[in-house]
Amino acid sequence: MKLLRMIGVGALLHTKQLSRSPFEIATALIVPVVQATLAVYLFRAGGEPGRLLEAAVGAGLMGVWSSVLFGSGGAIQNQRWQGTLEMIMLAPRPPALMILPITLATAVTGTYAMLATLLWGRLLYGVPLDFAHPLLFLLAVPGCVLGLGMFGLLLAATFVLMRNANALTNTLEYPIWLVSGMLVPLTVLPGWTGPIAAALPTTWGARAVHEAASGGPVWPSLGICLAISLGCLITGALMMTYVERRARAAATLALA
Amino acid sequence: MSEYAIEAAGLRRTYRSRTGWLRPQRREVEAVRGVDLTVGNGELFGLLGPNGAGKTTTIKLLNTLLIPTAGTARICGHDVVTETREVRRRIGYVFGGDRGLYERLSARDNLRYFAELYGVPGREQKRRIAELLELVRLDGRENERVEGYSRGMRQRLHIARGLLHRPKVLFLDEPSIGVDPVAARELRQTVADLAATGTTVLLTTHYMAEADELCDRIAVIASGTIQALGTPAELRRHADGRQVLEVEAYGVTDAQLATIHTLPGVREASVTVAGAAQVLTVQSDAGVDVQADVLRALDGVRLGRVSARQPTLEDAYVAIVNRVAAPSRPLEAVTA
Ligand SMILES: Nc1ncnc2c1ncn2[C@@H]1O[C@H](COP(=O)(O)OP(=O)(O)OP(=O)(O)O)[C@@H](O)[C@H]1O
Ligand SMILES: [Mg+2]
Repeated sequence: MKLLRMIGVGALLHTKQLSRSPFEIATALIVPVVQATLAVYLFRAGGEPGRLLEAAVGAGLMGVWSSVLFGSGGAIQNQRWQGTLEMIMLAPRPPALMILPITLATAVTGTYAMLATLLWGRLLYGVPLDFAHPLLFLLAVPGCVLGLGMFGLLLAATFVLMRNANALTNTLEYPIWLVSGMLVPLTVLPGWTGPIAAALPTTWGARAVHEAASGGPVWPSLGICLAISLGCLITGALMMTYVERRARAAATLALA
Repeated sequence: MSEYAIEAAGLRRTYRSRTGWLRPQRREVEAVRGVDLTVGNGELFGLLGPNGAGKTTTIKLLNTLLIPTAGTARICGHDVVTETREVRRRIGYVFGGDRGLYERLSARDNLRYFAELYGVPGREQKRRIAELLELVRLDGRENERVEGYSRGMRQRLHIARGLLHRPKVLFLDEPSIGVDPVAARELRQTVADLAATGTTVLLTTHYMAEADELCDRIAVIASGTIQALGTPAELRRHADGRQVLEVEAYGVTDAQLATIHTLPGVREASVTVAGAAQVLTVQSDAGVDVQADVLRALDGVRLGRVSARQPTLEDAYVAIVNRVAAPSRPLEAVTA
């Protein structure tokens, strides 16, 4: 209980800190409009105007993913730059618990992009917001966000272990959009991407959200998304313990 | 419960860094080179030393942020490497400077976050945070974002954060940096009160008067090793048999200072700048009157007040540190 409270308060305050950044605010104002536009025109050009909602939801999911990828991937480096990494690592808790609220916050911040994309889609292009399961949609999105936040912890740990992670971040953004079927259906992708897609929590999260929007059994996908994410969380936590120890040995907690 | 709050034995730390990309060079800095010390429960212990002496490194070895290259350290009987969590439960850490806070959050949110992290029970948090905000005089501004705070206000927020979970052992690394004189006095009072109620404090500072006033014992560290350790009164004895001449001057040259160094009876000579004037401080053997010689060496320089006085802790500190002045920085080995 206390633990959940710590994670909750931590995620909330990190969301506050993140969402007040001028860069985030600028991104939040512009990107959703662009994404809504792209989604709508892509599908209009494809002659499938009936799937506009699906397109807008997909574009929104891409926003969540970008936020998690860049925010979580850079979480540790960011804390280091702020000089807060040492202070959070001094807490008498497993290191993963100190980072998880941050990666959750990046997913929560990303949700804004989803909502804004839908809103702009509605306002600018008249995308009809008729969800197949409105209530389930409201559940699938936070579920997906939670999953991505946990996946973010694995990203955060992986990225500090790898040099030149920044270059990697950029190359991961688009492939994962595609492979997870956020924008285009998985069926149009080459067969070899199948197994990769199946292993990614983003795929199942995106599927759950899509199913809630345009019809389908939401629960199984959401369940699989959370299960895989939990696996990522555990792996990420183990890695994080190793990362912390290594950082104390190599003196890289502080910016020196 | 352990007899000592802090125990360190043979503590060493070498930093290894790589510079250059095409032709990487490994650089090694031996920042701490065999530190032994014990600090009793409730003791207020000072760590003094020149820039780069290894004070911050020593503190980070003790507070689990760095793993020692060699040697061991215990906090309240718990090993800093193998019982990290037990150690972290008992310690607070405050460092000087204006980083390390969440800029876009208010002081209250910053404290709320760290209260959760450091395990302050939920129902106590509100009261504890209000209490600390008042202690560091940030009450009334606690809902403003930290990005709008002055340097001293940030420093005071650091101090409040360090105290949130009522640590048994408190590490203060230059806590009074950038804090105004009134607030600094209040801070000294706070630190003294904490020590009086049983908190062990390890303090580093560059203000000798602060150390003299507060500390039960002081270690002077230079080049990564402890050069002297004792009560302020004991340390002052390092300057026993000396007297100090202070000359206010305008435009002392390096050559003149060098000449003064060579005068018979002179042990130390240094120039500090105080406003528009310089203050030349000359330590000499008590039996030798160097005043006439010094003034002669300063021929042509406009002089102000000239005074003789007994040595202070600062003079003792200068004497100790200059004794090891030869390699004033830790040895740096560069290997390709
Ligand atoms: N992360 C690091 N990597 C490499 N060298 C370092 C690192 N941190 C400190 N050093 C070196 O270790 C030595 C001791 O540094 P330390 O910060 O402990 O000194 P200090 O006594 O706290 O000095 P100050 O009074 O300036 O705070 C210095 O030579 C410094 O350059
Ligand atoms: Mg220091």
